[in-house]
Amino acid sequence: MSGPLQLEVSDLRVEIAGHQGVVRPIDGVSLEIAPGEAVGLVGESGSGKSMTLKSILGLLPPDAKVTSGSVVFDGTDLTRLPHSRLNKIRGRRIAMIFQEPMSALNPVMRVGNQIAEGPRVHLGMSRAQSVERAIDLMRRVGIPEPERRFRAYPHEFSGGMRQRVMIAMALSCDPELILCDEPTTALDVTIQDQILRLLVQLCQESGTSLMFVTHDLPVVAQVCHKVAVMYAGRIVERGTVSEVFSQPLHPYTLDLLRSAPDIDQPGQSLVPIPGSPPSLVSPPSGCRFHPRCQFAEEDCKVSDPPLRLLAGDRATACLHYERCLDQIGTNA
Amino acid sequence: MSALSADPAPAPAPSPAVAAAPVRSRRARWYRQPTLLTGLVLLVIILFMCYAAPLLTSFNPNTQNLEEPLLGLGQMGHLLGTDQEGRDTWARLLYGGQVDLRIAVIAVILPFILGIIVGSLAGYFGGWVDAIIMRIVDIVVAFPFFVLVIALVFVLGTGGKSIYIAITAVGWVSYARITRGEITVAKRQEYVLAAQSGGLSSVRIITRHLLPNVITQSVVYAMSDIVQDILAIVTLSYLGLGVQPPTADWGTMISAGQNFLTTQWWLTTIPGIAVVITGLALSLIGDGLADLLRTGTS
Repeated sequence: MSGPLQLEVSDLRVEIAGHQGVVRPIDGVSLEIAPGEAVGLVGESGSGKSMTLKSILGLLPPDAKVTSGSVVFDGTDLTRLPHSRLNKIRGRRIAMIFQEPMSALNPVMRVGNQIAEGPRVHLGMSRAQSVERAIDLMRRVGIPEPERRFRAYPHEFSGGMRQRVMIAMALSCDPELILCDEPTTALDVTIQDQILRLLVQLCQESGTSLMFVTHDLPVVAQVCHKVAVMYAGRIVERGTVSEVFSQPLHPYTLDLLRSAPDIDQPGQSLVPIPGSPPSLVSPPSGCRFHPRCQFAEEDCKVSDPPLRLLAGDRATACLHYERCLDQIGTNA
Repeated sequence: MSALSADPAPAPAPSPAVAAAPVRSRRARWYRQPTLLTGLVLLVIILFMCYAAPLLTSFNPNTQNLEEPLLGLGQMGHLLGTDQEGRDTWARLLYGGQVDLRIAVIAVILPFILGIIVGSLAGYFGGWVDAIIMRIVDIVVAFPFFVLVIALVFVLGTGGKSIYIAITAVGWVSYARITRGEITVAKRQEYVLAAQSGGLSSVRIITRHLLPNVITQSVVYAMSDIVQDILAIVTLSYLGLGVQPPTADWGTMISAGQNFLTTQWWLTTIPGIAVVITGLALSLIGDGLADLLRTGTS
């Protein structure tokens, strides 16, 4: 994809000083998003995907520190921005949607006021203007009777409705980029589909870019153009969704795809990935996936493979990625 | 208000997206709390008697009549007799209540505000801010409440203003501790992270998002704190450090009547009973409120 990048994360590293030693939940992550693009970030629990998202807006827990790398948004490095200037970007230009719509809304504040708060703070709207905008947004995200619901509290809403409120909050200041942290994980599948369609539709209408963190591969396929696969704090594969899903070039991606159900092949049994995610305090030597990898060779245990760029804007961090292609070939 | 909530209007057909509204039903039941209700009724009666004093007595509480000292109950139109200077005890009881209640309310509001501000800063920012504030709290807590208040009033001089300052200087620590603890827990909630991701300032997050969630505990505590404050004020006046003569106040009345306890027992006992009933009313309200709000949050 050409054109100026909207967000560029380069070689980001985050450290948490823990009791057993220094934990590195993010260890050299590079990502880029072009305007209007939807990028998915997938991986197992603890792979550092949510942490990556939080570090973009400087929302890491207090004991976590960005030790190197940069998050460049519109020419400025967000990791070095003072708090006051960061607050002008948060919510205004980059918004975030959280996983749990139950807990991400303030239980004692009327939902309308929660939506109207952003425009009042960032766009300098008067109370009346922001109320009008909030009602308009509630209508756009498909909340029936927005004038009446404006005065409701979050507990009066169902999970799906609450997530619509979250989307309305995220859209309230017309941001250029929305970061989604597993926004549909807590919802049941039919609601999930509605919410995803809504999100994609609204972002397309306004040209908003999306960064979408999830462990749910079909969701990525539905929402995103590009996908990056994370494993143990690193990106192991990157490319367009269609290419990565049809021709994975990293054994971890291959295993992930096999462990997820596919509606087109209902009879196929699911193959779990053996072993468990590595410790982030003392990760394995060489390629971090080698203890669980079906193709691992001696050299995988020794040399730490970098993310190599391949043709067609793809990248993989596997020394023997051709074997994935062979594997798909034999299966087909 | 009670008419509004007591009226069981037919509920509108619940739309599928709207779950049951526990807040509503909780509010509708406040009047069924016997403790709260008894406390409120008592307090309303006390407040009415104190502030409607001109209707209940024709005597001026401070007019001396040295020709009629120490009259008995009901003598010469004096319902509760007169004190050693011939002032009507009933009038002094009512007007004195005004003074004590007013001082008590102010003396609970000031530490409430100060403690909540300081406690939210400590809880929200943590780190060295929290460490410094909480060490100061520890120092203040190390002294018994009454000892510190009496010592401070000694230093500051007698009168209402000194009482406010002394009680505020000592009382804020409880509110600071409660608020700090509650905010330390609440700030880990995702809605705070969401507010931060929305670019809201720390002040706005504390005042608009966190405090409305955590303030109920402090309100409940304030209700029991005000009982302690009334006792403190009466005690200070009894010791001659509080409200100064000739202004009527329950503490000075108890202290002055002491000398006549064998012959005119009511001069001391009646203001004492007034203190007890007022304290009881406020304690009942505090307990009832605690029950009401706790069932709501669990």
